Amino acid sequence: MKTKELVCIGCPLGCSLKVAISEEGIMEVAGNTCPRGADYAKKELTDPRRIVTSSVKVQGGHLPCVSVKTETDIPKDQIFACVRALKDVVLTAPVEIGKVVAENVAGTGVNVIATKQIYAE
Amino acid sequence: MKTEIAIIGGGPAGLAAAVAAREAGVTDILIIERDNELGGILNQCIHNGFGLHTFKEELTGPEYAGRYIEKVEELQIPYMLHTIVVDIAENKVITAMNKEQGIFQIEAKSVILAMGCRERSRGALNIPGYRPAGVYSAGTAQRYVNMEGRMPGKKVVILGSGDIGLIMARRMTLEGAEVQAVAELMPYSGGLKRNIVQCLDDYNIPLKLSHTVVDIRGKKRVEGVTLAQVDENRRPIPGTEEHYACDTLLLSCGLIPENELSSQMGVELNPVTSGPVVNESLETSVEGVFACGNVLHVHDLVDYVSGEAKMAGENAAAYVKEILPKAGTEIPLKGENGVRYTVPCTVDKDRMAEKQTVRFRVGNVYRDSYLCVYYNDKCISRVKKKVMAPGEMEQITLVKSKLQEAGSLESITIRIEQE
Amino acid sequence: MYDVVIIGAGVTGSAIARELSRYQYRTIVLDKNSDVCEGTSKANSGIVHAGFDNEPGTVMAKMNVRGNEMMEQLSKDLDFSFKRNGSLVLCFDEKDMDKLERLLEKGKKNGVPGIRIISKEEVKKMEPNVTDDMAAALYAPTGGIVCPFGLTIAMAENACENGVEFQFDTEVTNIGAKDGGYVLETSKGVFESRIVVNAAGVYADRFHNMVSDEKITIIPRKGEYCLMDKKVGGYVNSTIFQLPTIYGKGVLITPTVHGNLLTGPTAVDIEDKENTQTTAEGLADLLKRVAVSVPDVPSRQIITSFTGLRAHWTEHEFIIKEVEGAPGFIDVAGIESPGLSSSPAIGEYVAELVQGIYPMEKKADFVATRKGIPNVAEADFEERQELIKKNPAYANVVCRCEVVTEGEIMDAIHRPLGATTLDGIKRRTRAGMGRCQSGFCAPKTVEILARELGKDVSEITKSGKGSNYLTGYNKEDI
Repeated sequence: MKTKELVCIGCPLGCSLKVAISEEGIMEVAGNTCPRGADYAKKELTDPRRIVTSSVKVQGGHLPCVSVKTETDIPKDQIFACVRALKDVVLTAPVEIGKVVAENVAGTGVNVIATKQIYAE
Repeated sequence: MKTEIAIIGGGPAGLAAAVAAREAGVTDILIIERDNELGGILNQCIHNGFGLHTFKEELTGPEYAGRYIEKVEELQIPYMLHTIVVDIAENKVITAMNKEQGIFQIEAKSVILAMGCRERSRGALNIPGYRPAGVYSAGTAQRYVNMEGRMPGKKVVILGSGDIGLIMARRMTLEGAEVQAVAELMPYSGGLKRNIVQCLDDYNIPLKLSHTVVDIRGKKRVEGVTLAQVDENRRPIPGTEEHYACDTLLLSCGLIPENELSSQMGVELNPVTSGPVVNESLETSVEGVFACGNVLHVHDLVDYVSGEAKMAGENAAAYVKEILPKAGTEIPLKGENGVRYTVPCTVDKDRMAEKQTVRFRVGNVYRDSYLCVYYNDKCISRVKKKVMAPGEMEQITLVKSKLQEAGSLESITIRIEQE
Repeated sequence: MYDVVIIGAGVTGSAIARELSRYQYRTIVLDKNSDVCEGTSKANSGIVHAGFDNEPGTVMAKMNVRGNEMMEQLSKDLDFSFKRNGSLVLCFDEKDMDKLERLLEKGKKNGVPGIRIISKEEVKKMEPNVTDDMAAALYAPTGGIVCPFGLTIAMAENACENGVEFQFDTEVTNIGAKDGGYVLETSKGVFESRIVVNAAGVYADRFHNMVSDEKITIIPRKGEYCLMDKKVGGYVNSTIFQLPTIYGKGVLITPTVHGNLLTGPTAVDIEDKENTQTTAEGLADLLKRVAVSVPDVPSRQIITSFTGLRAHWTEHEFIIKEVEGAPGFIDVAGIESPGLSSSPAIGEYVAELVQGIYPMEKKADFVATRKGIPNVAEADFEERQELIKKNPAYANVVCRCEVVTEGEIMDAIHRPLGATTLDGIKRRTRAGMGRCQSGFCAPKTVEILARELGKDVSEITKSGKGSNYLTGYNKEDI
């Protein structure tokens, strides 16, 4: 039996979680305020994932770049690969919120989408 | 020019107030925004974590702003961009300037203050050393990196563990900078715990609590900073100095509501929050002038800003429609024993909502303490809280019917008590 | 071949340049920094001293009173901010009244107009926030406050418009005599000149010592200041000095000509002529000292602190003369306080010295006046309307704390000796000098600078070479 302590990142509450892991690998989560806390703890200890946000270049827009995010979370160890994949992406204005900027980024199966509207100028 | 409700600022507070006022039946509204687009600071907050309360999903800052901007467009609420308000007179005549219309005046029946806040600068922090390029407020750096695609530095030390500082530690790292440390003067972080986990721990960036910057080196561009540990009086302890070679120092040391316009028009300010003194309707000391968002008090969560702004918008609408009950007896709300302030500052039993949220911050980290509410000297609620910290806003709810039952009230006090 | 080379584009060099531009000299000003007003002139009290505390008969005493007298007309001719707010020297102890009397006597001997000792009650009436622990004060109605940047830039611009050349980023490395003139080796090539004016501030000893065997030493005397928000600018009305006590010379507290509250300077002699570091000890010491004059100094309203270096000569006197054994080489050295106050008089006097060495005709077309950048913040509704009609950019507020518009920033860039750096913009327009200390406006100012100068934003600097504001693009290093 092992125990792990985590802080839930699911929402701003930031619950302190205590996870008891049995010999068989079964996890018991305590300290969470909502069910998402238990989900987070189990995932964080087996397959930690994060949503990644960054920005990519835009040509001809009211701003020189647009903010983007991974549509869902991606494996934590792929974060830098994801950002690197965005390095050479150049979009042309206009850009709508939700536009796919990079498909299946870094082989994660997750798309990167725009999170801001950029007008053509 | 005339308008029923003028909203100063088109950030999250101004947008939510506008939507609420419109939905309450006022069509003659004008949002005045100084930037070239609506959305305010949310436009540069490209990280996720917004909207869990309001939209029940996790959005980025621009997306969250986008939802409200869409509503404003849909409801055809008029707004002016690139327009700066230079003065508001006590009679609610607003003087503004922009390139298209020059300088002009707007007579408003009601004004909603939603100008937001600014960051505490190096000067106000009295950080010793040289004055080279490379010392930025975290928000300035955030604008550069997230909206201009430009890096303000390559090797970074951050002072202050407020949320913007933590978020920028991650952003700068992801964009290719080396963030060496985040120093925090206090023995606890000023930011949300989740941000320490996902912005610092994820990237092995050390958080140095009870540390501050005691020297900035470099005559032209920053060449290094010195951190030192501080004692319980926040004074640097000699001999604990550590030198960091870096080209950039980011400051995330607190936000200050921007109330220069409010003071000009005679709005009374609370010295603790630097925001206006407001009653339960979020009305300031000047009748028909309301305040919401970070100009009122600095929030952690935009969701709360939207909620507060909605209330300001509805009350401003009621005010111009002359259905807002006349102010009666205002019961003062007091914060004691670690409760630094309350928003609102007073409540009127007749004007308050059925459930009135009162928000506040505590002055220290309190563990396993009780949050107590007193009507006069009588404790009417005592709730155990595992932890309360200055970085996280707290709230209680006052219930109108209970207040009415309580009879004559001199004051309502919120205090923190041990056992 | 130049007739006159002036080393140093500070307030002294600029004043001399302007006075020389009345004549048909071919004059150039060299400065190692990227702009005028980058050394001692940029960090001082901004005080126009009445002139009572200099030893009667000294060059300092003469220059100060004359400079003070000239300042008002000059501020009108050259359109910079100046105000006679009067000054007080507080005497804290009845026992020290003789010292105050002596100061009064000195002032009278120096020809300071209207100077008198006033009672504690009178002081309190003028300045309700000063301490009650005070006996009397010396009041000098001619004391004033000036914008040190405004003064320096105005004189330099006017000199430039009247034909004086300015070359920046040019460090003089060696000076040799040649054919009755001088050869100056610099980081930007060689300059030859008949006359050299050494107005190099804390570096004046270096250049003097290149041409003279009578070595001098100019000690950088460091002074720390702190500046408070305009909210508390009216905390005092006059400039309030302290009568020196056993605890030291004392510090001043004053409104600035732009309405902030300023206190300083400490005084520490150092060796490094570039050491403009502020220190925690210095600031603490300053606040302790100023509390003697005003017990409740609103230190929570501090918006910035800074350090200036006075060019202190060991003899505490201005050296303004042709160097013995080096004909045509004029020292203007040891120009510490009251240097700013004296600068117009120094300009006038040095022009006379140059005339004496190498007489020259006056210019027929000398323009004695100059119009500054319009000030939107101080303009009323109608004046703003007029300005915006001329250029809509005067309606676009870039610095919201100080209400500085895009139009003013563009003007600052395109004037003679226009700004090329963020600090240059700041000193010409006040953009970034307010309570947020450029947090919001710096990115916008950088953008305007880049656009107007035809550069990329990455090339824009805070204060010249090596002080770039940005380091590159996102993701460049991954």
